[in-house]
Amino acid sequence: MPTQKDKEKLELLQGTLDLLILRTLIFGPHHGQGIARAIQETSDEELLVEHGALYPALQRLEVRGWISAKWGTSSNNRKARFYTLTAAGHRQLGKETTKWRRLEKAISRILGSEPVEG
Amino acid sequence: MFERKRKLDEFDAEIEAHLQLEFERQRELGLSEEEARAAARRAFGNVMQTKERFYESGRWLWWDHFWQDVQYGVRMLRKSPGFAVIAILTLAIGIGANTALFSVVNGVLLNPLPYAEPDRLVALYTHAYQFDKASISYPNFLDWSRQNHSFSSLAAFRGETFTMTGIGEPERLEANMVSATFFPLLGVNPIIGRSFEEKEDQLGAARVALISEGLWKHKFGAAPDIVGKSIRLDSNLYTITGVIPATFHYQNDNYRSKAEVYIPLGQWSNPLFRDRRTGMGMDAVGRLKPGVTLAQAKSDMSGVANHLAEVYPDIDKGQGVTLVPLKQNLVGDIQPFLLMLLAAVGFVLLIACVNVANLLLARSTGRTREFAIRNALGASNGRVVRQLLTECVLLALIGGTLGTLLAGWGTKAALKLLPEALPRSNEIHLDARVLLFTLGASVLAGILFGLVPAFKSARSDIQGTLREGGRGLTGARHRTQSAFVAMEMALAVVLLVAAGLMIRSLTKIWRVDPGFDPNNVVYFSFGTAQALGTTPDAIRQSYRQIHDAIAAVPGVESVSLSGGSTPMQSDSELPFWLEGEPKPTSQAEMKMSLFFAIQPDYIKVMNIPLKRGRFLTRSDAAGSPLVTVIDERFAKLFFSDQDPIGKHINFGILDQSAEIVGIVGHQNEWGLDSDSTNAIQAQCYFSIEQLPDSLLSAFDRGASGMVRTSYAQTDVAASLSRGVQTVSSDSVVYDLESMYGIISDSLATKRFAMALLGVFAVLAIVLSSIGIYGVISYIVGQRTHEIGIRMALGAERSTVVTMVLRQAGQMAVFGVVAGLLAAALLGRLMVSMLFGVSFYDALTFSTVAAILLAVALAACWIPAHRASRVDPMVALRYE
Repeated sequence: MPTQKDKEKLELLQGTLDLLILRTLIFGPHHGQGIARAIQETSDEELLVEHGALYPALQRLEVRGWISAKWGTSSNNRKARFYTLTAAGHRQLGKETTKWRRLEKAISRILGSEPVEG
Repeated sequence: MFERKRKLDEFDAEIEAHLQLEFERQRELGLSEEEARAAARRAFGNVMQTKERFYESGRWLWWDHFWQDVQYGVRMLRKSPGFAVIAILTLAIGIGANTALFSVVNGVLLNPLPYAEPDRLVALYTHAYQFDKASISYPNFLDWSRQNHSFSSLAAFRGETFTMTGIGEPERLEANMVSATFFPLLGVNPIIGRSFEEKEDQLGAARVALISEGLWKHKFGAAPDIVGKSIRLDSNLYTITGVIPATFHYQNDNYRSKAEVYIPLGQWSNPLFRDRRTGMGMDAVGRLKPGVTLAQAKSDMSGVANHLAEVYPDIDKGQGVTLVPLKQNLVGDIQPFLLMLLAAVGFVLLIACVNVANLLLARSTGRTREFAIRNALGASNGRVVRQLLTECVLLALIGGTLGTLLAGWGTKAALKLLPEALPRSNEIHLDARVLLFTLGASVLAGILFGLVPAFKSARSDIQGTLREGGRGLTGARHRTQSAFVAMEMALAVVLLVAAGLMIRSLTKIWRVDPGFDPNNVVYFSFGTAQALGTTPDAIRQSYRQIHDAIAAVPGVESVSLSGGSTPMQSDSELPFWLEGEPKPTSQAEMKMSLFFAIQPDYIKVMNIPLKRGRFLTRSDAAGSPLVTVIDERFAKLFFSDQDPIGKHINFGILDQSAEIVGIVGHQNEWGLDSDSTNAIQAQCYFSIEQLPDSLLSAFDRGASGMVRTSYAQTDVAASLSRGVQTVSSDSVVYDLESMYGIISDSLATKRFAMALLGVFAVLAIVLSSIGIYGVISYIVGQRTHEIGIRMALGAERSTVVTMVLRQAGQMAVFGVVAGLLAAALLGRLMVSMLFGVSFYDALTFSTVAAILLAVALAACWIPAHRASRVDPMVALRYE
């Protein structure tokens, strides 16, 4: 069973991880490992995503109808579950991105320093 | 289940694929196989935790636990089949009895009447004299129909019997004479043909009839071309216009139509029927116009009645109209009775629940260790409670299923016990609402009896329990169990008091003197297809002949044909005024007396005591002066200190005055339990032969009769038929019933209540004695060690027995006292069912208390005795 500390960590990650997954899927269907890799690589390995944490997020997004999933074959001929961004997911990504940008600006203004690259 | 497996497996596969892909990527980066595998796992994090999170988020957890609990529950029940069987049977009886009674309540009180828009149907009666529900005279009915503004339609109906001839043996058919509006008003359509038209509902119209589906099938072979064929009733041919579906039946108040044929009411040519002064047993039903309330209809109808009183002051003055919603009219009387029984049977279920709870408590002591271990292994208290409750609900559902089967059977049995007294009994069956009730009752019962044991078990102290080897909380448990037993006893006391009060009431009722001797007296009716004579005198002659023919049959001691009132069977009243009084201006101001049209031997048949003067004789015939015999109450009410003999009474309808020649004892007319409270007490007797021609016409095709036989025989039918056939070959004798049967039927509702309460009370006693036996046995078992020590220290056997019995006695006394208090509080609910005994009857209360204490002590005798046989050596080695 998850401890109190676990829960806090999850909550902290929740918004951002969902956003990152949606953003990654904009380029086309990906399987879980691919998404994890893509996030890591696109962020120049700055963000360390624990792969396991990805799955509850994927499940959540699937339940909400922002992504859909289907079994397929990977580039190296492995069976894997591929996630695709749905139309609702596209809209959600737009909303989330705007929200994130505003949050980013607001926090930068408060901190007063030069914007940190995200 | 299947769905869940697939999803979990799929998730495992996905994670497996992820690890594989990551592993391959690491390999491409140049790591060794082992390093690559480790790196993939490191990147992924905790695989188990991810899977668990997926599992818990999937909402499967609840269902999974539930399913586990069910499987576990089934296993536990199978491991202790004795407990399971007793618990399930106890619950099956409790739930079954409740389901059976609820299906009666549902069919009678809850379901709407089986007519179109039944809420707008209203029963109508004349309010006249001392009667709320007197029958309506046809001329008044026609005026009501024309003058009211509240009803979209009114329909009148009356019961009649006909002799059907032409198809096999002559047969007596029950018939309804109905207005043309009757079937359309109720929304009933014939399955073949059409119902009556307005023009057929008139004097002199062609004779037409509707027949029941049953008659159509049995007598006409379900012929599809039935319309236009004819049926011969009382020697007249009626053209059939249609067939009424078998699903249709009409009941109103205590009148239940078993009609097989319907004919238009307006065709009836009987002169009395056209007389505004007579009701001829006709009632009416109306359909309120949309938007019209009952109160509006009442005030409208009282306006109509007032208007009629102005136009016909001598007849309609002082009369009103009674309006009752049809359903209330039908079931209003039975409602408190059924609800009382429902409450009583609810008590039985409560006792069953308490009993099972006790069994569970006793058993859960043995399981304390099990729960402590489960707790120690990390199961939360909530989880343990849930598991126990699941077990209980499981038990209750099995019990409920079995109970439903019992109920199906029990309902049928109950309906047989209560043939005529229960309205709408043919509408009673197990339907969706009843099954829903059973399901609800089962689940509720399961939770009810499971809750206390479950919480007791869950609250146990883990360490203490494990250390003490599972004997941790026995003291506290004893208290709960004892409280449960006391509760059971209290509930049983309430039921026993209710049953006892009913028994006392019925005993008292049976002791009421009916005023006549019912032994060896058979009541019968007879009817003929042809009129008994073409002239009134010929009819009088026929009555004399039939009498003589029946009287000549061996075994017949005396016989009297009769019309008008029959004790506890039917009533007929005549308005009158005394000699020397001015004639009252309206019927409403006249005095009323029950009217018996009989033959001189009536006094021998019924064995009524002659108090003064003489009874009617054969010489009181058509040509001789009209004489009458009155009963004691008549004499007391209207002549108080004078001598009635030789006085004259004026009967409006007879058009002449009658001389009183004798006084006889009072006969019980209205039923053993209610005769003395009825408004009409006076009784008067006339010879059939002296009835005026107009009244005699009501008896031209048969009447009733009473016959006294020299021995108790039920098979007088053949003799009676032969007697009647001396006058008319096309005749039928029907409706034979012993006078005892008639008295007994008049008490059917009370007997039914007594029988059911008796059954419930016995169940309650059995269940609660099992309860107290179980608890005492258990306590004795727990105290074996202690008893052993006591005996080793020199305690006598009798001391041990007393000690155990005292403990049992405390519970019993506590329960009995609580029960008597509850009974005294609840007793007033059944006052209407009681007769001659108050609801706090001391004799009943003390007897019940004594019975229950005795039963409780007897139930404890075995365990007490067992305790006294404890061998100290064995007891001390018991651990």
